[in-house]
Amino acid sequence: MTTTTDPHPESFRLSMLIYDSRYRSMTIQIVALIGFLLLIGWLISNTAQNLITLGKEPSFGFMTEPAGYDINQRLLDYNSQDSHLRAALIGLLNTLLVAVMGCIAATIIGVVVGVLRLSNNWIVSRLMAVYVEGFRNVPVLLWIVFGMAILIETLPPPKAFRGENPEASMLLGDSVALTNRGFYVPEPLFSRGLGDVHLLGNSSLRFDVSLDLIAVGAVFLASILISGLIGRRANAIQNATGDRPTVWFWRLGVVVLPTVLVLWILGFYLGYPELKGFNFKGGTYMRNSLIALWAALSLYTAAFIAEIVRAGILAVSKGQTEAANALGLRPRRTMSLVILPQALRVIIPPLISNYLNLTKNSSLAIAVGYMDITGTLGGITLNQTGRELETLLMLMLVYLIISLTISGVMNWYNESVKLKER
Amino acid sequence: MTDFSYVRSEMLDEKAPPSSSTGLVGWARQNLFNGVANSVLTVLSLIVIYFILAAILPWIFVPTWNGTSLQNCREILTAAGSVGEHGASGACWGVINERWQQLLFGFYPDAERWRPILAFALLFVAVIPVLFNMISRRMNWVLLLAVLGVGIMTRGGAVALVIGVAFLAAAVYVAFKMFGTSKGDRALEIAEGAKRLPNPLIFSAIFPFIAPWLLWGGSVWVPIGAALGFLIGYGVYRAFVGAIGSLGALILAVIVPIVWWLFLVGSFSSLMDSILPFGLEAVESRKFGGFMLSITIGVVAIACSLPIGIVLALGRQSDLMIVKALCVGFIEFIRGVPLITLLFVASTLLNIFLPPGTNFDIILRVLIMVTLFASAYMAEVIRGGLAALPTGQYEAADALGLDYWKAQRLIIMPQALKISIPGIVSTFIGVFKDTVLVSIIALLDPLGLNNAIRADANWNGIVWELYGFIALIFFVFCFSMSRYSMYLERKLRTDHR
Amino acid sequence: MKKTVFLGALTVAGLAAGASAAATLDDVKARGKLNCGVTTGLVGFAAPDANGHWDGFDVGVCRAVAAAVLGDAEAVEFVPTTGKTRFTALASGEIDVLARNTTWTLSRDVDLKFTFVGVNYYDGQGFMVPKGLGVSSAKELDGATVCIQTGTTTELNLADFFRANNMSYEPVPIETNAEAQQQYLAGACDVYTTDASGLAATRASFEAPADHILLPEIISKEPLGPLVRHGDNEWGDIVRWSLNALISAEELGVTSANIGEMAAAAGDNPEINRILGTEGNLGEMLGLDAGWAKAAIMAGGNYGELFEKNIGENTPIGLSRGLNAQWKDGGLIYSPPFR
Repeated sequence: MTTTTDPHPESFRLSMLIYDSRYRSMTIQIVALIGFLLLIGWLISNTAQNLITLGKEPSFGFMTEPAGYDINQRLLDYNSQDSHLRAALIGLLNTLLVAVMGCIAATIIGVVVGVLRLSNNWIVSRLMAVYVEGFRNVPVLLWIVFGMAILIETLPPPKAFRGENPEASMLLGDSVALTNRGFYVPEPLFSRGLGDVHLLGNSSLRFDVSLDLIAVGAVFLASILISGLIGRRANAIQNATGDRPTVWFWRLGVVVLPTVLVLWILGFYLGYPELKGFNFKGGTYMRNSLIALWAALSLYTAAFIAEIVRAGILAVSKGQTEAANALGLRPRRTMSLVILPQALRVIIPPLISNYLNLTKNSSLAIAVGYMDITGTLGGITLNQTGRELETLLMLMLVYLIISLTISGVMNWYNESVKLKER
Repeated sequence: MTDFSYVRSEMLDEKAPPSSSTGLVGWARQNLFNGVANSVLTVLSLIVIYFILAAILPWIFVPTWNGTSLQNCREILTAAGSVGEHGASGACWGVINERWQQLLFGFYPDAERWRPILAFALLFVAVIPVLFNMISRRMNWVLLLAVLGVGIMTRGGAVALVIGVAFLAAAVYVAFKMFGTSKGDRALEIAEGAKRLPNPLIFSAIFPFIAPWLLWGGSVWVPIGAALGFLIGYGVYRAFVGAIGSLGALILAVIVPIVWWLFLVGSFSSLMDSILPFGLEAVESRKFGGFMLSITIGVVAIACSLPIGIVLALGRQSDLMIVKALCVGFIEFIRGVPLITLLFVASTLLNIFLPPGTNFDIILRVLIMVTLFASAYMAEVIRGGLAALPTGQYEAADALGLDYWKAQRLIIMPQALKISIPGIVSTFIGVFKDTVLVSIIALLDPLGLNNAIRADANWNGIVWELYGFIALIFFVFCFSMSRYSMYLERKLRTDHR
Repeated sequence: MKKTVFLGALTVAGLAAGASAAATLDDVKARGKLNCGVTTGLVGFAAPDANGHWDGFDVGVCRAVAAAVLGDAEAVEFVPTTGKTRFTALASGEIDVLARNTTWTLSRDVDLKFTFVGVNYYDGQGFMVPKGLGVSSAKELDGATVCIQTGTTTELNLADFFRANNMSYEPVPIETNAEAQQQYLAGACDVYTTDASGLAATRASFEAPADHILLPEIISKEPLGPLVRHGDNEWGDIVRWSLNALISAEELGVTSANIGEMAAAAGDNPEINRILGTEGNLGEMLGLDAGWAKAAIMAGGNYGELFEKNIGENTPIGLSRGLNAQWKDGGLIYSPPFR
């Protein structure tokens, strides 16, 4: 280092790999890469050697063998003779179901609580603070188990609905039954239905699509679209003439009438749950494991979201409200045009990571026997086949894909929110 | 001279505000019943609170502290007249009375339980200089000496008593000096050449060697040997930095300690042990359980993940493409999968990944996986801290001519870490709460013990008491930590709004 | 700097952990402790008490093996395992023997590569229902909600049973017995199914056991027994014959009370003599000392004593011997001869 000679641009010495900043970064990267590859290679060779000793050659063949166990909650048809792969698929759908429901509920509760915590009503803001601190500071697994225990212990069993003078009765004109096995609510049925389409034949990924639902959905979407067009035309007229034509009844009619018509054509009616045999039959059955998991996850995550929302609202400086007031905006418009767009920018990034956490926490479903993908693929399938390596790899891959998708979508949304700000 | 004036010359006394706006009534009007919506909310909240308390309080306050089994509790409850529609109703606190020690310490031997307690107390002493800088150096030493003194005295025996008293006396002496001399006098003394007390961070650096020794026991020479590795590394660096340049010395300073740890520590400690045997009774990790296990996993994971997290965060920020890709890949992978799957890996796969014949116990495997898990989150926290630093700091470091590592060590990291402390504390809270997941892979943490206790024929059928107790303790720990982190956040916030 | 918490821990605790090699017996002797996998808690079979001392029927087998090998019934490390972790723990050498009410099946024996050394409890999957349900046979359970404990063969048997009888049901999978019991008692499921022994144990802990009945159908064979890894037959032999010693001891009337005088000198019965090491060299063949079986029986008593003490009719669990009586009393418990 002490001798400083003019380096010849052409001459290359080995030591330049370390001491010349032009090459050093390359050297470091290559060393890191080689180290990483060596580590991976070492792990793989160990694994291969160990698996040979254990006599378990890695193979995914077991996924096509019959699973042999039943799953209570399933969004697609499934029986115990279906393959492990299908069981995993059913579990995956259950995971997604509780994750989506949880994210929606957590957002709603979180926003309400976050706003109420800023309320000037002392007792309400205290109550919300107690809720937030209570839920945030106790492990979510405990809350899930708690929620299950509360449902089981406080609600009546189905047999309480039986007999001349039942201890419990159904709600809302005998349409809803709250039991400690879960909630039974009316289900939509069609007497002149179009039937289902069976896709993908008999494979593990087969699924049915209800044509009725597609028909209703398509009509509903189309009418929303038309209603939007009417609104846009009204805006155009307002911009051109200064008078806004009254169109709300047109829009309402366009949305409601076709949908109702389609429902009537298909013979829509509600199927009510009824006590038959051991259980209620008919209606949509929401199992207590789903409800407990859903409630616990949403309440737990909502406590975090409430804090995020509160911080987001507080982060918008008071001058913004005052400026909006000075412009003559009414409080509601101040909120929707000035405060919220700015608060959202603060709120959304941590919100995304809370959605991710909720999705990952849904893997605790095994504590209450909700058959999500951890319960099927990482639970009973793993137990029955003894294929830890394969099942866990698939399990992690699935979660990874879900997480990356969520964060990808949310980041994209975040970007689009950011762009509007200019 | 007379002063006729039509203007009042003295102020009137203030009138008391109307009674409706003062005192309890005024407060209630202002905070609870200002407006219809608020009044409705208030009444609703009061009703909710009433129903919750009416359901819980009678259940909690029952005389079953001495119950010996669930059956016995039911008898006590029936005798005391708290009978609901389904027979005796009320908590059975006997189970907590009998098992609370187990819930706290797991199967850690009775006689050795002072060790985790001492380690826990020392943990506080060790983190205080890191976390609270308002506490004075002398105060810190008083605390340390007092904790050590009490800890050793409780061991019983004449020698322990003497050493303990000596520690306590030292603590008293330092405390006396502290209160006896004012801050200004002390500064004067130091200016005249009085010795300052050593920086308490020294103890924070030693603590990572003391704590495992206290918890796991064994020969005292093992942690000393491990610590010597760092000294050796430093010594090697100093010795060779002149001869072969800083980079070569650095490489040597990494290799030599590793060789020392891998091949020589064992023989060193057994040699020293044969010369001067001193140690604590070894306690296997399998004996760890209850909250002690949770805290151990949490603290070890956070402590170990800090350096890994720093490296990952720097890697993620770096311009080196491959390094960056590796770091991002690792962080996103760990953050993308649930902890429970990583724990499944720990319990079922980790042994398969390692060379045939390696086998270390489940708690260590869990520690490894939780550390990896925590370091991904830690990396993100530290990255946030790095991003929060103004660019001027980087530029200033460059302008001073510092190289990358010097800039990181002297300028960037001290500030970034300080900003990240609240984030680190909340990561710790998260990891601490997540440790209950280990019950799913059959470790006896509080929730795992809860199952084991409920499998005891005496307590079969207990539900709420154990869950309530566990939840309460978690709440106390996590709530105080989150309060602390909020306090820090307020203290560190320098912007004025 | 903090990295050393981990390094220190690794070094310290690494010393305590042994490596798995072919010769399990040598490992166990070198370690001075037997690592035995048990459940995380099942009434009567394995549960820790307030002092962390494990007790139960499966635990008794572990203690007997430890006594036979190491001469000390307390030289056992109990490793709690779940349905998921138990096989990995055994395969990876973390435990030497698994005594966790595990059913002996072909696939576990062949595919998972374990050796079942015998059967310490003949069980079968049964059903428990509340009396008020008015059900007297499992065939009447069409449409019922069934609580099952997961991680065992139970859910497969159940699926097969309902499919074979063309009935529908609503499975409620639950991880632990305690949770299942809570759900069943609250009426969240109509039926609780698991091994009949577990059902009896669970029922015994109810406030009103008489309100619940076990249905007559036993839908599966569940021979539960200790198991070891494939590939170390010497170790398998030791565990097998320790269990057999307990069984033979009961058959021959050797109890923990009279074993002292019986072992003091060779008696009239040559088989007792051979078991207790006063005649022949059976212990030497196994690689143990001559008093191995004596130590095993002293540990917790013979098979019958273990049964009576932990799960028998005088315990809260109150299981009768049934299939688990000695063969000469009409049961299936039968030990090959010690010769």
